[in-house]
Amino acid sequence: MKVLVAVKRVIDYNVKVRVKPDNSDVDLTNVKMAMNPFCEIAVEEAVRLKEKGVATEVVVVSIGPKVAQEQIRTALALGADRGILIETEEKLESLSVAKLLKAVVEKEQPQLVLMGKQTIDSDNNQTGQMLGALTGMAQGTFASEVVVEGDKVNVTREVDGGLRTVGLALPAIVTTDLRLNEPRYASLPNIMKAKRKPLETTSPADLGVAIASTQTLVKVTPPAERQAGVKVADVAELVEKLKNEAKVL
Amino acid sequence: MSILVVAEHDNSALKGATLNTVAAAAAIGGDVTVLVAGSGCQAVAEAAAKVAGVSKVLVADNAVYEHQLGEVLGELVADVAKGYTHVLAPATTTGKDFLPRTAALLDVNMLSDVVEVVSADTFSRPIYAGNAIATYQSADAIKVLTVRTTAFDAVAAEGGSAAVETVDFVSGYDKAAFVGEELAQSDRPELTAAEVVVSGGRGMGNGDNFSMLYSLADKLGAAVGASRAAVDAGFVPNDLQVGQTGKIVAPGLYMAVGISGAIQHLAGMKDSKVIVAINKDEEAPIFQVADYGLVADLFEAVPELEKLV
Repeated sequence: MKVLVAVKRVIDYNVKVRVKPDNSDVDLTNVKMAMNPFCEIAVEEAVRLKEKGVATEVVVVSIGPKVAQEQIRTALALGADRGILIETEEKLESLSVAKLLKAVVEKEQPQLVLMGKQTIDSDNNQTGQMLGALTGMAQGTFASEVVVEGDKVNVTREVDGGLRTVGLALPAIVTTDLRLNEPRYASLPNIMKAKRKPLETTSPADLGVAIASTQTLVKVTPPAERQAGVKVADVAELVEKLKNEAKVL
Repeated sequence: MSILVVAEHDNSALKGATLNTVAAAAAIGGDVTVLVAGSGCQAVAEAAAKVAGVSKVLVADNAVYEHQLGEVLGELVADVAKGYTHVLAPATTTGKDFLPRTAALLDVNMLSDVVEVVSADTFSRPIYAGNAIATYQSADAIKVLTVRTTAFDAVAAEGGSAAVETVDFVSGYDKAAFVGEELAQSDRPELTAAEVVVSGGRGMGNGDNFSMLYSLADKLGAAVGASRAAVDAGFVPNDLQVGQTGKIVAPGLYMAVGISGAIQHLAGMKDSKVIVAINKDEEAPIFQVADYGLVADLFEAVPELEKLV
């Protein structure tokens, strides 16, 4: 079966993001970029499915500027077979991303779509579910275990308070949570090999998808700063302050 | 303005997250309708009708809604939403699962984890794990939002007397089925909903030492969390992780024990009302965000704390 994995180029998760002084957006100038951590988990899961003989081909797709090729190459180095870049300089909202992915799904006809539950830049947690609605596919969101059995997939989901398992008819969409797996590191020979794997570039226009924006970014502000408080001398003083000053005990 | 709030419940009781979401609806202003979708959920509908500020309750009581699968709720809410200007759900794992499906079916965008209502079409939400707050103005015909419950004080559960009506729409979606669930049987509150959270970091030394924190947590009625360092070291499972890539919490009291305070961790807890840090390294960055810092050996301080609270 064919697996499609969607990945996004985002700020590296170790970098502290800063808001621009004019509050127009965050400042991403000269900031280290990387594959979104949840997308890495999606790639890893697809590659493991291939290693188990469940998946026959792993196709990775990304939407973004030309440099997003780097993240596709990373996925190819981790074991994906070929890449598709939908090149656009525009900042897309989730619905547009879902519409573009729907066009890729129609063309590629994957049995399983794997993607991160959210990206660590916009933190939306929407695209997988939107793609599900647009294609009619079932969804296993926030997955911590994925088991393909014949023409269905059982997905264990991390929900508030525990775990829940759903059975989905294929083709289906799975969005990954942290516990699904621990992504491997790409080896140097595989990084070299990835450079020769096919990477096709297309565009929203080529896919016949009109991009529309409905959300205007009014401003971006830093969160309220916390002031460092006081140091207490001992546990007794701590308990006294929590009871009488903060009144939280 | 007419606002549809989708209730969070377990078919027998209305969950508190609904009250925070109604509060966000009240901040927008207008008629508030609560939709209760479930199976055998009449008691929930009655509870929803008593919530202050709710003018109408819609009940979709059918076996297909028993497990509130995202696919079926997504269809139902998209059908019901058509008469409304806004659709709100709490940003729980249920709300996050179905509401984007609803938005896509309505051909509109969505705003997740809203923390402030600026006006009827303008809302603020955290991005980059809370390291920035973005304000968006939405031009969508129907505004679809999930609400971060910790950002809105719950409305009163009593005081209203809304009319209850039934919804006829029955989703025929059949590609997804409930298989089973394992809900934590702990008496401790859920990490993301707890009023008090006690978290441990690499300073705990090993997994066994976390029993100290569980013991303290039980005395405080608290949930237990952990830093990514503690999870990566294998002390505790991943689902306890508080931080940018784990759970975002904002309890009334957050106790960070043996946690240095990496940016990654701070992103997940810095909206807590009161932060206590216990760490033997007085230079630890956690002290820069802590309201009360105690420089001490946690292996002495935690047992003593348990005795005194």
